[in-house]
Amino acid sequence: MDKPIISVENFRKIYGDFVAVSGISFEVRSGEIFGLLGPNGAGKTSTLECLEGIRRPDGGALQVIGVDPGREPRKLRDLIGVQLQTSSLPANMQVGEAMKFFCAYHGIPPRYELLERLGLQQKMHSQYGQLSMGQQRRLALALAVAHKPPVVFLDEPTAGLDVGSRTELHELMQELKEDGIGIILATHDMAEAEKMTDRIAILLQGEIVASGTPREITATGSGLTKVSVRTEASVLEKNGVGFPGVAQRLLKEAYVNYFSTNPGPTVQAILDYIEFQGDKLIDLRVERPSLEERFLEITTNGGE
Amino acid sequence: MSAFVNHFTFEFKTGLRNSTSMLMNYLFPLGFYAMMGLVMTQINPGFKDVLIPAMGLVAIMASTLLGLPGPLVESREAGIFRSFKVNGVPAFSILVIPTLTTVFHALIAVIIIALTAAPLFGGLAPASWANFALLTLLSIFTFGAIGSLIGVVSSASRGTVLWSQLIFLPSMLLGGLMMPFDLLPESVRRFAALLPTTHSMQAYLGLAYGQTTQLNPLFSVGILLASGLLALGLAVYLFNWDSHNSARRGHPLMALLILVPYVVGMLVG
Repeated sequence: MDKPIISVENFRKIYGDFVAVSGISFEVRSGEIFGLLGPNGAGKTSTLECLEGIRRPDGGALQVIGVDPGREPRKLRDLIGVQLQTSSLPANMQVGEAMKFFCAYHGIPPRYELLERLGLQQKMHSQYGQLSMGQQRRLALALAVAHKPPVVFLDEPTAGLDVGSRTELHELMQELKEDGIGIILATHDMAEAEKMTDRIAILLQGEIVASGTPREITATGSGLTKVSVRTEASVLEKNGVGFPGVAQRLLKEAYVNYFSTNPGPTVQAILDYIEFQGDKLIDLRVERPSLEERFLEITTNGGE
Repeated sequence: MSAFVNHFTFEFKTGLRNSTSMLMNYLFPLGFYAMMGLVMTQINPGFKDVLIPAMGLVAIMASTLLGLPGPLVESREAGIFRSFKVNGVPAFSILVIPTLTTVFHALIAVIIIALTAAPLFGGLAPASWANFALLTLLSIFTFGAIGSLIGVVSSASRGTVLWSQLIFLPSMLLGGLMMPFDLLPESVRRFAALLPTTHSMQAYLGLAYGQTTQLNPLFSVGILLASGLLALGLAVYLFNWDSHNSARRGHPLMALLILVPYVVGMLVG
């Protein structure tokens, strides 16, 4: 994970009077999974489509493996693999036929083993229109990586997939990353972003409002750690005592949730209090703020 | 070459697998041919003289004007072109290969008609089979290019049907397929000269059947060739990968430029 394979500098995209992306900059290195997060209309797909050479940027400099996608889109084709957010294949195209068709355009023999790897071997002779959404997405991914491109763009790759398919897809992404392939992942799924990405950029109204590793992003939030406690006699629930570092206390179902700026002393004080009251601990959980919570915090506060 | 052959093979199979394409390429034109061969030749024995070129042109128009544009529009609307683009399929292949395969399907239908019309319905064989073959190829090229252009400029399937029928229906009625061009009133004849079918029929009758024609058949050949090349050029120029992409080249109304050779022909002729 070293040299930058994608470089975006002061990139702008405008549709009529609407500024979709307003001067963003970031870099992606080989062997890195870079997440682009943001609510609908934040500019993720516009950014991806300009990097993929589908649309032309209205300003700034884009480079993908040294190629300017706006000026040399044909040169880009063998260097990138793309799974679009919305795309399709002819309804009567068979799965095996699709692999042969696109591999021929990349000048390589068909990679049927990828179809097997993604659980599509039984569907080799099925037509695209007969596949489930999950199977269509897996086929799109197989086609995107068949020519072993050094950069892969995945736009909402797991949307509509069942748990098993998501896990398979995540494993494949991990394998691609280990092979040194750089991946840009646009997703709405914060758990996926937190689990899979090395770095992320959060886009809001065409601007990057936060960037860094998932841990860095969550650490820059309110910094409150959630301590959830449940006891046999519910002494914490009955007695609204304060503990060191606690900024907020909430009751939820049988748990008392404390939001603490300093979780160590808070937990110690809670345990001492339970013991002093002669109550018995049933469950105690300490959770740092999730990326999803931080994302909501950022997007609802307009990037503050 | 391998990519071209793969793509061509797939598109050719689509013409047989897809029920709408199958209908337009074979079932409708051959069914119509059988009905006209059985009924029309009994009502009007003179129809036997034009049975082969007229029904051949119906087959060509069905596959190119009615069959070709719809899948082009649907593929663009469904995002199939976008998938093709990001996977390295060039625009030229997307446009030209379906046109070529449609040409092949139309050619097969015309061959079936040409070989069966005489033994089945007493249809008159051309005096020059070579000229008949060349004119068939020219007609398929011209109508194929016009069909592609309709597919490229139509924003939705409904528009496709409208544009296609705007050429198909007048062609059926006034293009010399059902009634001879010289029997049409002068004013209608002027309008009919704007239709490619009229020029195809005049060229067939003059050059493949050796008959005297109202229009100079060589002039008609020139008009067909010019409009075919113009339509193909415009289709390539106006081609758009993505209906949501506002940055498209040219305005769809530029497609009307294909009328120029016909208008010139009408004024000069």
